[in-house]
Amino acid sequence: MPVTRTPDAHWMAEARYRGQKVVVVSPDYADSVKFADEWLPAAPGTDGALAMAMGHVILKEFFVDRVTPRFVDYVTRYTDLPYLVTLVPGADGALRPGKFLTAADLGETDREAAFRPVVWDGATNAAAVPNGSLGHRYAEAGVGRWNLDLGDLRPTLSCVEGADGEAVEVELPRFDTTPAGVLRRGVPTRRVAGHTVTTVHDLMLAQYGVARAGLPGRWPSSYQDGDEPYTPAWQEPITGVPAAACARIAREFADNADRSGGRSMIIMGAGTNHWFHSDTIYRAMLALTTLTGCQGVNGGGWAHYVGQEKCRPVTGWAQLAFGLDWSRPPRQMIGTAYWYLHTDQWRYDTYDAGVLASPTGDGRFAGRHTADLLAQSARLGWMPSMPTFDRNPLDVADEALAERPDDPASYVDEALRGGRLGFAGQDPDAPENWPRVLTVWRANLLGSSAKGNEYFLRHLLGTDASLRAAEAAPEQRPSDVVWRDAAPEGKLDLLLSLDFRMTSTTLFSDVVLPAATWYEKHDLSSTDMHPFVHAFTPAIAPPWQTRTDFAAFHALARAFSDLAATHLGVRKDLVVVPLLHDTPDALATPGGVVRDWADGGTMPKFVVVERDYGAVADKMAALGPLLDRLGTTTKGVTVDVNPEIQTLARTNGVVDGRPRLDTDVRAAEAILALSGTTNGRVATAGFHFLERRTGTALADLAAEHEGKRITFADTQSRPVPVITSPEWSGSETGGRRYSPFTINTERLKPWHTLTGRQHFFLDHDWIHEAGEALPVFRPPLDMHALFGEPRLGATGELEITLRYLTPHSKWSIHSEYQDNLIMLTLSRGGPTIWISEADAARIRVRDNEWVEAVNRNGVVVARAVVSHKMPEGTVYMYHAQERVVDVPKAEASGRRGGIHNSLTRLLVKPTHLVGGYAQLSFAFNYLGPTGNQRDEVTVIRRRSQEVEY
Amino acid sequence: MRVMAQMAMVMNLDKCIGCHTCSVTCKQAWTNRSGVEYVWFNNVETRPGQGYPRTYQDQKRWQGGWVRTRRGRLKPRSGGRVKRLLSIFANPKLPSIQDYYEPWTYEYEHLLTAPAGDQTPVARPTSLITGKQTRITWSANWDDSLAGGNETAGGDPILARVSEQVRQEYAKAFMFFLPRICEHCLNPSCAASCPSGAIYKRTEDGIVLVDQDDCRGWRMCVTGCPYKKIYFNHRTGKAEKCTFCFPRVEIGIPTVCSETCVGRLRYIGLMLYDADAVARAAAVADETDLYAAQRSVFLDPHDPRVAEAARRSGIPEDWIDAARRSPVWDLIMRYEVALPLHPEYRTMPMVWYIPPLSPVVDVLRDTGHDAEDAGNLFGAVDALRIPVEYLAELFTAGDTAPVTAVLRRLAAMRAYQRRVNLGEPPDESIATGVGMTGQRIQDMYRLLAIAKYDERYVIPAAHAEAAAGLEELATGCSLDYEGGPGMGGTGPFGESSGRYEPVAVENFHALRSRQTADSPARVNLLNWDGKGRPEGLFPPRRDEEERP
Ligand code: SF4
Repeated sequence: MPVTRTPDAHWMAEARYRGQKVVVVSPDYADSVKFADEWLPAAPGTDGALAMAMGHVILKEFFVDRVTPRFVDYVTRYTDLPYLVTLVPGADGALRPGKFLTAADLGETDREAAFRPVVWDGATNAAAVPNGSLGHRYAEAGVGRWNLDLGDLRPTLSCVEGADGEAVEVELPRFDTTPAGVLRRGVPTRRVAGHTVTTVHDLMLAQYGVARAGLPGRWPSSYQDGDEPYTPAWQEPITGVPAAACARIAREFADNADRSGGRSMIIMGAGTNHWFHSDTIYRAMLALTTLTGCQGVNGGGWAHYVGQEKCRPVTGWAQLAFGLDWSRPPRQMIGTAYWYLHTDQWRYDTYDAGVLASPTGDGRFAGRHTADLLAQSARLGWMPSMPTFDRNPLDVADEALAERPDDPASYVDEALRGGRLGFAGQDPDAPENWPRVLTVWRANLLGSSAKGNEYFLRHLLGTDASLRAAEAAPEQRPSDVVWRDAAPEGKLDLLLSLDFRMTSTTLFSDVVLPAATWYEKHDLSSTDMHPFVHAFTPAIAPPWQTRTDFAAFHALARAFSDLAATHLGVRKDLVVVPLLHDTPDALATPGGVVRDWADGGTMPKFVVVERDYGAVADKMAALGPLLDRLGTTTKGVTVDVNPEIQTLARTNGVVDGRPRLDTDVRAAEAILALSGTTNGRVATAGFHFLERRTGTALADLAAEHEGKRITFADTQSRPVPVITSPEWSGSETGGRRYSPFTINTERLKPWHTLTGRQHFFLDHDWIHEAGEALPVFRPPLDMHALFGEPRLGATGELEITLRYLTPHSKWSIHSEYQDNLIMLTLSRGGPTIWISEADAARIRVRDNEWVEAVNRNGVVVARAVVSHKMPEGTVYMYHAQERVVDVPKAEASGRRGGIHNSLTRLLVKPTHLVGGYAQLSFAFNYLGPTGNQRDEVTVIRRRSQEVEY
Repeated sequence: MRVMAQMAMVMNLDKCIGCHTCSVTCKQAWTNRSGVEYVWFNNVETRPGQGYPRTYQDQKRWQGGWVRTRRGRLKPRSGGRVKRLLSIFANPKLPSIQDYYEPWTYEYEHLLTAPAGDQTPVARPTSLITGKQTRITWSANWDDSLAGGNETAGGDPILARVSEQVRQEYAKAFMFFLPRICEHCLNPSCAASCPSGAIYKRTEDGIVLVDQDDCRGWRMCVTGCPYKKIYFNHRTGKAEKCTFCFPRVEIGIPTVCSETCVGRLRYIGLMLYDADAVARAAAVADETDLYAAQRSVFLDPHDPRVAEAARRSGIPEDWIDAARRSPVWDLIMRYEVALPLHPEYRTMPMVWYIPPLSPVVDVLRDTGHDAEDAGNLFGAVDALRIPVEYLAELFTAGDTAPVTAVLRRLAAMRAYQRRVNLGEPPDESIATGVGMTGQRIQDMYRLLAIAKYDERYVIPAAHAEAAAGLEELATGCSLDYEGGPGMGGTGPFGESSGRYEPVAVENFHALRSRQTADSPARVNLLNWDGKGRPEGLFPPRRDEEERP
C-alpha cells in the first residue's frame, strides 16, 4: 500500500493511532510491513489456504461452538447461507451439491421461477421464496419485491433444526493433493418437493471441515489435525504461517468485527491477484469479511486495492466513450481473450483443460483445449469476441437485410447454426481474422502490460522475439478451432502510439503522435477509492507539436471522416452483443445448466445499426439525439436526461441543434451533467426508478443534493465530493465516506446476483466442473506438469528454478516514469531482479551482478538485487522496467534482454468464460477472464559479467 | 537569558514510507544544476543501511562534529584552528565522489537516432563525471528497501555498534526510512570549521547558510558537518547546503520537502531557546545527557517571563505567539515523543525525530501473544523488530530509556484510542501509566493523526522591518549567485536530462588528487573565483593524461 497507494498511506499510520491493529500477509518484508503489528509471511500464491483455515476457525468458534447473534443475523439477511441446495448423485451414486432449489422446483411455472431460489422458513416451517432474487428483478410480478426485506420470514441457516431428512455424506473436491482428491463429509438434509436438499451453510461447514455431532464423514479432530482440510495445522506446511498464529489472527479478526459492529477489513493488494486461481483466493478471503458481517459497513469489509480503476461519473463517461448518444449497442471486448488468440498464445497451450477439472466433475473440460472453450463461450453469447465473424459485419448486415429485411437477426442466427457464417475465434489465424491496426493510447503495452510480451513481438508485430516455447503437439491441439500449420507472424499493418515519452512500445511503433502530459490538458479524474472528482487543468499549453488526447483523436476523426465519406459512405453494420449483466439476458441459462446449440443453447444477440462514416468527426463533436429518446442506462437503472440535454445546449452551445462536445471542457461538462454522482437530479431520478422495483425508499439518499450540479469549474477550484447515486452501492449521504454495499445493507437493496444476496455458493455447470462451487484452496499451477518447465527448486550449474513474480514497483504502477533519471538515480539505475541471499549463494551471484532469467516464454537480463527481505524460492522482477535503459543482450538468445513480461504469458481459466447466468454475465470491466501470470517459474543463472549492448 | 528563535522541524518516522517525494522535489527546486548533480539536500535512507554519503555516521573516519576536551571545552573533532589551517590545502577527511555516488545519465538520444537494426536500441548509462559509458555500482539510494542485503547493510556503522551479530536474516528482518536535511544546529560545527567565516546562522530564525560571496571553497565545512549535509559545488567551487527553503519560510510557507511530504510526517515550528546556555549544554560530560541538556536550553513560550525576555531580545509578538502554537514544541517538550538525531555530535541539532514503531518479532506471534491488548502493547515494545538499541544509537547516544519511553507513549496512545474508537469507556490508567492524562493523549493523537496543514506548519512570516536580521536578504535575490538555483541553466535532471553536460570534471580530479597527492599543489585559492584554470590547481586534462 505505501508503494502503490502512496498518497493514501498516511491514513494507515493514522488509523493505527486510533487503535487499529494491522496484520500484513506478504511473502517478503514488503514496504507495507512497516504498518504491521504482525507480519505473516505466507508463501506466494497460498493466501487462499491461509484464508480457508481462518474461515475454519471463524465457522467453528463463532457459528458452531458459540453462536454469535450479529454474525448469524447478518448472514441470514445478506448472504445465500440459508438457501437450499439440492444434493444429486454422481455417476457412482455418491451425492454432490447440485443446484439451488428454486420456485420452479416448487411447481411455479412462470419464466422467472427458476431464478427465485428457496429457503426454509422457520416461522411457518415450510419452504419459502424470499424477495429480492433475480426472478423479481424484471418480471411484472416482481415490481416492489426486489428488496431484501424478509418480512415475517425466518430463514433457517441449517437443516439440523427440526428437519425431516437424514444426514448424508457428500463429496467435495480438494486440490491440495496431487492428483486432486475428494472429501466425504456429512450434511443434514431435508426433503422438499421431492428433492433432498441442504443449506449453503451446512455445505460450508462440511467444506471447511467444521464437525458437528451426528454427522457422518471424515472430519478434522482438532486445529492440530494437519491431514484434514482446512485446519490451521493443515495450512502451516503450505503457507509457512504457524498454525497458532493463523488461528489467533482469525479469532481476533472475528472478535473485532463483533465488538466493532463489522469494522474488520481486508485490504487486498495485487499480490493475491493475477494468479490463475485468484478467484478462489478472493472467495476464501471474502468469506472472512462476509461471515463476520463486515461487508457494507464503513470501516470494514473488502478493500480491493488492485485493478479497480472505475470511473465515478460512469454514466456520462459511458455515453461519450461508447458513443451511446448516437448509436447503440457498442462493441466491447474482453482483453485477455483477444490477446490470447491474436498473439497466438493459444498455440502454445500444451495442456488439456480437463487437468483443471474437479474429480467430482463430469468430464466437460476433458479433451478440450482452452481455445475450444473460448469458442464455445463466444458461440453461446457468454463473452464477446472480436472480430466476431469470419466476414466483414458490414457485408453480413447487407446480406441479412437483403434476405430478411424485417428480421435480419434471425437470418444471422440461422446462417451461424447452418455453418454458412463462422466465428472468427474458430479460426483466429486466418488472415481475414487478424488485427491489422492497433492504437495504443494512455498505455504501455510492450513495456508494461502485455503478458506474453515475446508472443506479442513474434506473432502480432513480427519483430524478432526471444520466445522459446514449443507449439502444442497434434494431440494437444483444439478440436473445434482451426489449426494452421504455419503460425502467422506480423499480423499488424500499423502500430500507432500516442505518448509523451520514449517507451518500449513507442520503440516498436510505426507512428508516434507526441502527446500532451497531465499538466497540459483539461480532463477529469476519479476512482472508486476516493469520493472525489478532480479536474486536470493545464499549467501550460501543450508544447511543440504535442496535442492533447482529445485534440489528437478529433484530428484523426476529421481526417478519417473526410476520406470515409467517399470510401465508405453510409452502411449498415451488424453488432454482436453478448448476454449482458443487469439486463434480462441474465435469465438466459436457468439453473446454470449448459446447453450447446445442438440442445437449443443460447446465442449472442444481433443488432443492425447504421454507420455514417463521413459523419464520425461531427458526431464526436456533438451530443447525439439517441439520448433524448432512450435516456441513459447504468446497471439496469434508466434515467430520462432531457433536462440535462437542454442545459448542455445552453451552456455548451449547439451545433446543428445538438449540444457541442467539441472541446475537452465541453466533453467534461457533459460527463458531469449526465452522471448521478455529479448531478443530484440524475441521482434522484435514478433512485426513483429503482424505488419502483424495490418498493423501498431510496431517493432520500440523494435528496440533499437534488439541486446540486457539479460543473467543470467546480472541479477545477477544488476536488468535489460526489453525490450518492444508484450508479454505486455506497452512500456518501450526510458527508459520510464511501464504503461499498452500504446501500444494500442499510436500504435492503439487493445485490445484483441470483439470490440478491452475497454468494458463497455458485451452481453453474462449469463452476461445478472446476470444483469451485464453494470456497476452496487451489494451489499455484504446476508449470512442470503443464508446460515441462523445470521443477521449482531444481538446480543446475550456477542456475536454479524459482517462482517468478512481477509485483508493482515503487514509483510506477503501469506505465509511467519509474525510468526517469531522478528515479533511476534513487534506485539501481536499470532493470533488476530481487533474489534472496540463500538463492543468490546457490548460483554464486553477488549483489549488482548480471543475471539471466530464462523460461519458455523468453529471456530477461538484469542486475541482481540480493536482499534478506526476500523469501527463498522466489524472485521478483518489479513491474514495468522498460527495455529502453541499460538492457544488454542476453547470452541465451543473443538478442536484447526483454522486459518483466518477457517471462510471462496469458493463461485463460475456463470458468472466467461463463456468461448468461445471473451474476455470471458479461459486463464491461466487471466480468471476464483475468490476465494472470503469477504462477510462472523461471530458471535464473549467473551470466558472464561482460555485457554487450 | 538571551532568547533566540529557531525554526525547527520534527519528522515522525513511523509515517515515512520512503517514497522519496521530498528528495525529488527538493532536488528539482535546489540542486537541479550542473556542479551539484550528486547533491541531495534532502535524502531518505533505508536503515539499516550505509546512508548517504556512505558511512557518514562513522566519525572516527569522517571526523565531523565536536569533541569534548578533558577541560570540558568543545573543539571540532577534525582539530582546532591551527591544525585546520595547516591542512587547508590537503583536507584528507572528505568523502570522495564514490562515497556519494558517481552521477550518470543515459544516451537517451540514441533511442531516437539509432539506425534501423535487428535489435531495439537501448540507452546506455554514461558517467556525468567522465562523460564515458559506465557501469552503475552505487547511487543516491543504492540500498533502498534493504536492496543489497547484508552485503550493503553490513556496512552500517550503527548496526556495527549495537550488535556483534550484525548479519540480518529474513525471519528477523527490519527496516525503516530516515529522511534527512541539514539540522540547522544551535551549535553548528560547520560554521566553526570555516576559515573564511562564510557560514552563518541567521539571528532571526537560526537557519544556517553559506555566504556564496565569502566562501572560498576550503571545504572544511564538509568535514566539520557530522551529518555530511554540506556539499561542494564542483562547478562554482563553493559549498552549498540545505537552506531550510528560507525564501518560502520567510513568507510563512513550509519547506519544499515538507510541503510535498506524502506521508504527512513533517512538522515545522519555532523553538525559543537561551543562546547563553547552548555552549554549556553542548559540553555536558556524558553523551547520554545531551538529549536532556538540549531540552534544557529550550524556553517555554507560555512562561510570561520568557515572553518578556523574548520581547526584550527583539522577537516580534507574532513570533512569540507562533512559538506558543509550535507543533515542534509540543512534540519535543509537551508530549516528549521527538528525539534529536545523534546528539553525541554535540552540535545541538534542530531537526528531531519520532522513532518508528514496527511489527513484533515472531516469538510473540507464535506463542499466541495478542499485541492488541493494552497490557501487551506495552510489553510488545521490547519485542519490536527494530531493536531499541539501534534507535538509541541514532537518537539518544545509545541510552535506550528515552526511546523506550517514546515507544510506550505511542503504544499507550493506540491502546487508549482503541477503546474510544470502539465506544468503550476510556481507560485512564493507560494514560497515567506513561505519565500522561487521557486528555493529553487525545491532544497528541490529534497532532499526530489528524492535524491539518496549518497545525503541522506554524510558520510566522519574516518581518520586513527586521530585514537586516536576515543579513544578505535585504538586497537582490540571494539565490542569484553564479551557478545558483536563481540562475538559468538546467542541469542533467531537468528538461535537458538527456544531454550530457561536460561539467567541471577537473574539480573532481582536483579533489581526488588532493586527497591522494604527496605534495599538494600551492595555489592562492583566495584569488580564485571558481572559474578558469589557475596553473597548478588542476591536474592535466583528461585528454592529456590517462584516467586513473
Ligand atoms: S516525502 Fe515524506 S513520506 Fe515520502 S520519503 Fe519523504 S519524508 Fe518520507
